[in-house]
Amino acid sequence: MTLAATTAAAHGFLSPTGVEVAFVLVGLATLGAALVTVTTRQLVHAALWLVVALGGLAVEYLLLTAEFIAWVQVLIYVGSVVVLLLFGLMLTKAPIGRSPDADSGNRPVALAVALAAAAALVWVVVDAFRTTWIDLDGPAQGSTDVIGQILFRHWVLPFEALSVLLLAALVGAIVLSRKKKEDER
Amino acid sequence: MNDVLDVALRLVAVFVCFLVLPLVVGQTEHKVMAHMQGRLGPMYAGGFHGWAQLVADGVKFAQKEDVVPENADRRIFQLAPAVALLPYLLVLLAIPIGPSEGAVGQVVDAGVFFVLAVMGVGVLGSLMAGWASANKFSLLGGLRTAAQLLAYELPMLLAAASVAMAAGTVSLPGILNAFAWWWVPWQIVGALVFFTAGLAELQRPPFDMPVADSEIIFGAYTEYTGLRFALFLLAEYAGIVVLCGLTTVLFLGGWHGPFGGDGLGWVWTLLKTAVLAFVVIWLRVSYPRLREDQLQKLAWTTLVPLALAQIALTGIVKVAIQ
Repeated sequence: MTLAATTAAAHGFLSPTGVEVAFVLVGLATLGAALVTVTTRQLVHAALWLVVALGGLAVEYLLLTAEFIAWVQVLIYVGSVVVLLLFGLMLTKAPIGRSPDADSGNRPVALAVALAAAAALVWVVVDAFRTTWIDLDGPAQGSTDVIGQILFRHWVLPFEALSVLLLAALVGAIVLSRKKKEDER
Repeated sequence: MNDVLDVALRLVAVFVCFLVLPLVVGQTEHKVMAHMQGRLGPMYAGGFHGWAQLVADGVKFAQKEDVVPENADRRIFQLAPAVALLPYLLVLLAIPIGPSEGAVGQVVDAGVFFVLAVMGVGVLGSLMAGWASANKFSLLGGLRTAAQLLAYELPMLLAAASVAMAAGTVSLPGILNAFAWWWVPWQIVGALVFFTAGLAELQRPPFDMPVADSEIIFGAYTEYTGLRFALFLLAEYAGIVVLCGLTTVLFLGGWHGPFGGDGLGWVWTLLKTAVLAFVVIWLRVSYPRLREDQLQKLAWTTLVPLALAQIALTGIVKVAIQ
């Protein structure tokens, strides 16, 4: 990995630095907010707790010196996705206070899927990075410049594949919404 | 110790700007609107041409009872004004007003993304207010706010991206360092798109469908009284300051001026910002409110293609001059 300098020798888990402590604390807060998001019975509160969780993730990126990713996270997720969610919720009959029908019989299945997904992601991340440490004291390694270089030098193909995927989704959405209109006529 | 003092001084300076400039814009709006309509506007408060009118308004707002409707979602209702106001304070931190190192609250590496991201968060305040008020007008206002934000965020981002491409950096001081006078005609379409989309994001006339006072009674803010309502108003004027400042920095060269050198850079920034703020007020007086479908059509069929054309032009010129 060019992103993360391997200076593992000088690090241990027993003497954390201030940034590491902050990282763990923000991580716990993010996890808590995420849990409340999926367990609260008040739909709009769930969307707002999602803001907290996504904002917490942005702070984590900041602590890892990935400033660009952090702001894009805020811009796309907090600024657009959550606004879209709230827009959708306002179109429903979500009451103020608890929604009586905000429970689902699929709860155990959802829990199992969530745990499996989380386990897979954690495993991939742990397996990929192992004992790689980011040198937080040196020059920022997640700056816009570095991200741009890496994205368009090493990861161009996945990047283009992703944009094609998004384009396909966009075209699909347009096709779907058009068909519906003709049916109504 | 000096570092702490430096940071504290910068924060105080930004905070003072944050408190004073929106009031100046508000007072100017009172007077300019009045004179454009053949009135005098406030004349008594403070003596000289009613200069203290907004201070008096603030005192009035502070005295009013803070009412929370019984069916409202209390905590979200009370939290909403802060969510609407604070992002603009954060954005103000990143706007450079002069050429030297000390003329910006905090240098942010990905400045353009920072300011646009944080400005987008401010809209959450209106959405929270619209939903938590338990009022149909407020809900309609919130819906329209969300629809408007989704439509206008894209052209705004694309226009800002065009400048970032031209400068080869996304840091605001970096963009200003790369600026040359011929950028103004080169990026003029992007500037117009950015300014228009910004007006729509602030819900200023002619894009004030979400707060349309004569139709849905100030939309999301219907149920607000006293200081919390004043905070929403302050957020609107702080938004004008931030938008005009950003347009100045991104498209009009910020502290670059025809004469005066680097020492007078901050004067140029403030002057350009003030002229743009005047234009914002001017538009409010001269244009009727756009209808909701007209709003959406303007964004998707005019502003987005224009912004994309600007990006294409930027790319072509950038490659040509290299």
